Amino acid sequence: MKRIGIFVCHCGINIAETVDVKRVAEEAMKMDGVAYVQDYIYMCSEPGQTLVREKIVEEKLDAVIIAACSPNLHESTFRAAAEEAGLNPWQCEIANIREQCSWIHSNREKATRKAIKIVGTLVEKTRLNESLKPISVSITKKALVIGGGIAGIQASLDIADSGYKVILVEKESSIGGHMAQLSETFPTLDCSQCILTPKMVAAGKHPNIELMVYSEIEEVSGYVGNFIVKIRRKAPFVDWSTCTGCGLCMEKCPAKVPSIFDRELTTHGAIFVPFPQAVPNKPVIIKDYCIYFKTGKCRLCEKVCEIGAINFEQEDQFVEEEVGAIITATGFETLPVADLAEYGAGDVPDVIDGLAFERLLSASGPTVGEVKRPSDGRIPKEIVFVQCAGSRDPERYRPYCSKICCMYTTKHALLYKHRVHEGQPYIFYIDIRTGGKGYEEFYHNAEEEEGIIYLRGKVAKIFRDGDKTVVWGTDTLTGRNIEIAADLVVLATAVTPKDSTAELVKKLRIQTGPNGFLSEAHPKLRPVECINSGFYIAGAAQGPKDIPETVAQASAAACKVISLFSRDHLEQDPAIAWVDEDLCSGCRVCISVCPYDAREYDEEKEIVIVNEALCEGCGSCVAACVCGATQQRNLTDSQIKSMVTASLGGK
Amino acid sequence: MSENLGLATPRNPPVRLTRDMVNNGFKLRVNELSGQNTDACYQCGNCSSGCPLAQEMDILPNRIIRLVQLGQREDIIQSETLWICASCFQCTVRCPKGIDIQAVMDALRQIALEEGVDHFGPDQIDPEQAAEVPQPGLVGVYRKLST
Ligand SMILES: Cc1cc2nc3c(=O)[nH]c(=O)nc-3n(C[C@H](O)[C@H](O)[C@H](O)COP(=O)(O)OP(=O)(O)OC[C@H]3O[C@@H](n4cnc5c(N)ncnc54)[C@H](O)[C@@H]3O)c2cc1C
Ligand code: SF4
Ligand code: SF4
Ligand code: SF4
Ligand code: SF4
Repeated sequence: MKRIGIFVCHCGINIAETVDVKRVAEEAMKMDGVAYVQDYIYMCSEPGQTLVREKIVEEKLDAVIIAACSPNLHESTFRAAAEEAGLNPWQCEIANIREQCSWIHSNREKATRKAIKIVGTLVEKTRLNESLKPISVSITKKALVIGGGIAGIQASLDIADSGYKVILVEKESSIGGHMAQLSETFPTLDCSQCILTPKMVAAGKHPNIELMVYSEIEEVSGYVGNFIVKIRRKAPFVDWSTCTGCGLCMEKCPAKVPSIFDRELTTHGAIFVPFPQAVPNKPVIIKDYCIYFKTGKCRLCEKVCEIGAINFEQEDQFVEEEVGAIITATGFETLPVADLAEYGAGDVPDVIDGLAFERLLSASGPTVGEVKRPSDGRIPKEIVFVQCAGSRDPERYRPYCSKICCMYTTKHALLYKHRVHEGQPYIFYIDIRTGGKGYEEFYHNAEEEEGIIYLRGKVAKIFRDGDKTVVWGTDTLTGRNIEIAADLVVLATAVTPKDSTAELVKKLRIQTGPNGFLSEAHPKLRPVECINSGFYIAGAAQGPKDIPETVAQASAAACKVISLFSRDHLEQDPAIAWVDEDLCSGCRVCISVCPYDAREYDEEKEIVIVNEALCEGCGSCVAACVCGATQQRNLTDSQIKSMVTASLGGK
Repeated sequence: MSENLGLATPRNPPVRLTRDMVNNGFKLRVNELSGQNTDACYQCGNCSSGCPLAQEMDILPNRIIRLVQLGQREDIIQSETLWICASCFQCTVRCPKGIDIQAVMDALRQIALEEGVDHFGPDQIDPEQAAEVPQPGLVGVYRKLST
């Protein structure tokens, strides 16, 4: 019989406070096959690991069980320690008595009894564990980055600079994302375009980066190191290989399309480039607005294009690419003003959102940087900024803090004051959050030197009165309600995940949290990885973020990809499903239940086989297989049976 | 909110803030007389929490500063706080933004005196009571008249 060693961790007081670890150790010693038991305050620490290693040798242990925290946290740590002491890593198991026991219970007696049972089930499993060898798979050293905002651009540049190929897929016709729309950026007030466009150009020109703009992900299959991605390249109706970007077509197009880039403060033609610094600087025709596509007449653009680059017959193309890692950096959008009923639902003139105000401030915007209100072009003299518009409102809108709006609102008020000296900016806020480097100083300067009036309270109502937009708010600091007849109101609307991200994550099979932002594998220790291996995340798609944080996260994600690519082979967990060829009847039930497409029918042998690289070891097929032909390594039917028996207190 | 339910004067009418009100000269005058930048106050409340006479005041020191920021002159010069303040400098040494609140109080008293607002003087104290008033308190009262 195997000699099993058990190591019970106190986890400081995390476990020991609720579970009587000494009793767990005593009871474990009585279990069949258990040759050695020891408890220790921090098993994962160096002395703890040394203890495990030494006892494996001294006590001639064949297997060990660490009764501690979730295997998600330290399984690999302890398996590595066991291996160092000469054990096969799959002879090391974790009994989770923290997340599944001490943390969720308060009754010490009951929790201790449960911990003993958990250890008991693991003893049963361990007795029947086989020694396994990891499965080795090759890696395609090419990355896919989805989303060409500053996050995607930075990640692509970092990976490309280290010598690996990158495909950067962007939905719109230019990279740049929201940063291209911004005027000046807090806290240093450098011009957004000036710091962004050189990076856009660098990404466009990099020999290792293939830009696929105006493109979307259709389908993703495969696994870490070996993904196959199908990409739809939307038809721009312009032959980009010959188009010189002269812009003649755009000048002549009679159609009027509200500019998304300018937050609908201006219009452009049906054939357009979103902004002059676009990369690539090539136009696309939007079918829904093009007069020719709608009525069959026009083709003006075609007439003026001297090169003959316009092509109304173009169709969407599909390309297939093999990549080894995928970074999702699809960014954010903001809650539409129309969703905010008490702020006029978009029907009150001169109530705009922060991005629209960025366009009004921008030197390359519709007003060339002069602050003019949309209704009549007048320069606003009383301007009200409303923070937390739709954020921190669990009852009606979004429960979370959008994180960037405190800072950009102060920036807005400051830039307004720089342009309209006689004007008065007011900011309604609930709290001012300035937790970044240099941020508090930025805010204090605005408050002390720029004459901005900060009013502590949430705005209840905004309505039109003549040519004024009246704001009803409060100032809890004086205990007075405040009424301001404003010329322009700017709402700091909640940052939300991009709508299309929901659909994309289904194709990638990565996770999102309750608010729709991408989920990281661990909020502190694995902030740029997804749970599924080979997937990484960066930027505002993971949660509201400013540019410094976005760039840091993008470089971190790139670094993870580079470290993956630095190896020639990947080792996959061998504790996956396998098929007993003699028992399989070829019914193929398992194929329909496998969520990872890991099972295929072998026509010749008339049985189902497992693609080892794709199988994640979820066990769905094992449960579905009526013949008992499919088993999971180290979690066989007989192991599960004896584990269940042990957990019910039997033998 | 702006209609007053038929009562003659609403008890707590909304303040209709305008840039003229905020910049009506009152705040500038207070800043000039006191040599302080009242806009630097971020309403932490430290001045009020350390003030030994706060319990007797109708408006706490931090809120006085707040009212200055919003140009709410009337509220301030009618406030008893100006005369209760003992000029003890507790607030001044505590303010994390380095505002000399005591100097602001002096400035406000001066403005109030100019307007002939009734105030509290040492001669109004009954001599028996005066004997019990701590010295800094009495000094404070004289100071108020000399600013
Ligand atoms: C009003 C306002 C002012 C701001 N001011 C500042 C400031 O002064 N300083 C500062 O540091 N930060 C500021 N920010 C924050 C800044 O905009 C963000 O930090 C930054 O844009 C995040 O970059 P990103 O790449 O993660 O996302 P995004 O900029 O949103 O880029 C995402 C990109 O992905 C593309 N995409 C989306 N979905 C898909 C898909 N399914 N397939 C392919 N591509 C896709 C999008 O088209 C877009 O190009 C401000 C934000 C706002 C709203
Ligand atoms: S054919 Fe369409 S894109 Fe071309 S000019 Fe006419 S409306 Fe514009
Ligand atoms: S960052 Fe500031 S304005 Fe934005 S939601 Fe958070 S507290 Fe509100
Ligand atoms: S264990 Fe899960 S992933 Fe593996 S083959 Fe079975 S169903 Fe598919
Ligand atoms: S201590 Fe200073 S900053 Fe704080 S409330 Fe008083 S005056 Fe304002």
